[in-house]
Amino acid sequence: MSEFKQTFNSSLGKKLIMALTGLFLCTFLIVHLGGNLLLFSDDDGYGFNMYANFLTHFPPIEVVAYLLYLCILVHAVYSLILTIQNRKARPVSYAAVNKSRASWSSKNMGLLGSILLLFIVIHMSDFWFSYKYSHKIGFKEYRTDLATGKTTSVDYVPASADFEKSASTENNIEIVRVKDLHARVASSFSNLLYVVFYVIAMGAVAFHLLHGFQSAFRTLGWVHRKYTPVVCFIGTWLFAVIIPLGFAAMPVVYYIQSLNK
Amino acid sequence: MSTNNNMNLTLKVWRQKNAETRGAFVTYKAEGISPDMSFLEMLDVVNESLIHKQDEPIHFDHDCREGICGMCSLYINGHPHGPKNAITTCQLHMRTFHDGETIVIEPWRAAAFPVIKDLAVDRSAFDRIQQAGGFVSVNTGGVPDANEIAIPKVIADEAFNSATCIGCGACVAACKNASAMLFVSAKVTQLGMLPQGQPERYSRVQAMVAQMDAEGFGSCTNTGACEAECPKEIKMTNISRMNNDYFSAKLFREEAMHEHAASGE
Repeated sequence: MSEFKQTFNSSLGKKLIMALTGLFLCTFLIVHLGGNLLLFSDDDGYGFNMYANFLTHFPPIEVVAYLLYLCILVHAVYSLILTIQNRKARPVSYAAVNKSRASWSSKNMGLLGSILLLFIVIHMSDFWFSYKYSHKIGFKEYRTDLATGKTTSVDYVPASADFEKSASTENNIEIVRVKDLHARVASSFSNLLYVVFYVIAMGAVAFHLLHGFQSAFRTLGWVHRKYTPVVCFIGTWLFAVIIPLGFAAMPVVYYIQSLNK
Repeated sequence: MSTNNNMNLTLKVWRQKNAETRGAFVTYKAEGISPDMSFLEMLDVVNESLIHKQDEPIHFDHDCREGICGMCSLYINGHPHGPKNAITTCQLHMRTFHDGETIVIEPWRAAAFPVIKDLAVDRSAFDRIQQAGGFVSVNTGGVPDANEIAIPKVIADEAFNSATCIGCGACVAACKNASAMLFVSAKVTQLGMLPQGQPERYSRVQAMVAQMDAEGFGSCTNTGACEAECPKEIKMTNISRMNNDYFSAKLFREEAMHEHAASGE
């Protein structure tokens, strides 16, 4: 046990934990963005609501989700410990400003990470917590005519407080009743302040991962003449451009749609 | 020698009596400085005038003044060893600055490098890291033939590049976390890459990292400031090499995996 502690309490061990948890969180972003693209499908939230229901009721995903929350906490706590140690390592700061070639994002990971932590807390309490542990989110009933394939939706008020989801077929009409997270998303994203906050947070994701993704590989010791440029390319274009843009597009598109209603 | 080009400069120099007292900046005029002087020669001139005035001269470290000993330091206008790349302070010439310029001179700032006096800091933390594992044990016996052990040229070159580290501490001074990772990794790599360094490769990296942590240096954030400021252009690749060896040593090596192998140590 003491050797175990020695390994993970060393400065390199702490950075190893930062790198591994960080990369795990990166893989989650891909899945999260992929699923949330359902928000862009024009089906009155049917696909998105079914997806949200699946995520919260499929045991393997729930296990991975708790691993994810643990990773967020560990990543944040370790960064705090490392930051405190790093500050201690330079008790008197320089008077002259250093104009070194180090990138802005690499020097401001703590600031960017703090914005992200604040974002995650607000984001999870608004959607995840409300969805799982409150009755603030209503239900919707989707009726699909199997002959024509047309779907209509109406709000649905369940008889029991424990109601989660139902699916049945009557007279060639499929009736699906599910929690309407989509309505919650739409109402949140009609608030301009909220949208601005989301876009800023996605900017923080972009800059955090612009440095963080490739830095994690360096920390792990995986530097390679051929593959490091690939890692940097993925870190820049996928994690610092496509993924933040994809996420930022959701509140922006929903806000614009809310103006037209 | 022409005197027409001589410069008048304003120096803001960090003066600190010893590690226990608080320091502060003191402003000095450096007048009639030749652009051909090195930065240290300029300080010599200022010190002479201070001595004439019965003032305490500015203390700063220096030795070979040829850029190879690693003794000079100085954080000049926000850069270790001044604004130019790949040189030490002793190789920095006053022509780099312009007439009338104000130059801010600070010591290396790190908890692990306490100020001895003024601009001189105690870098014996680096010595202790070296003593922890930065060596190769050589058996006595017959004299081996030269080049008896074949070493691929790329490996020899890379090991030698890492070995050019002069241990000046500019990496620590440049790093926002005052991390010694570039220094330690260069010392670990220069031996770990060569056949002669193999027997102690994994115990060395653990011992040197443990000593680095004990000295109170910060952690690496991969900002790259160290590589940019290193007078010997040591590469950050060394840091990844060291991390690789360290994690390997801690997790996958024989002595890390099996009790009976570890007990021999």
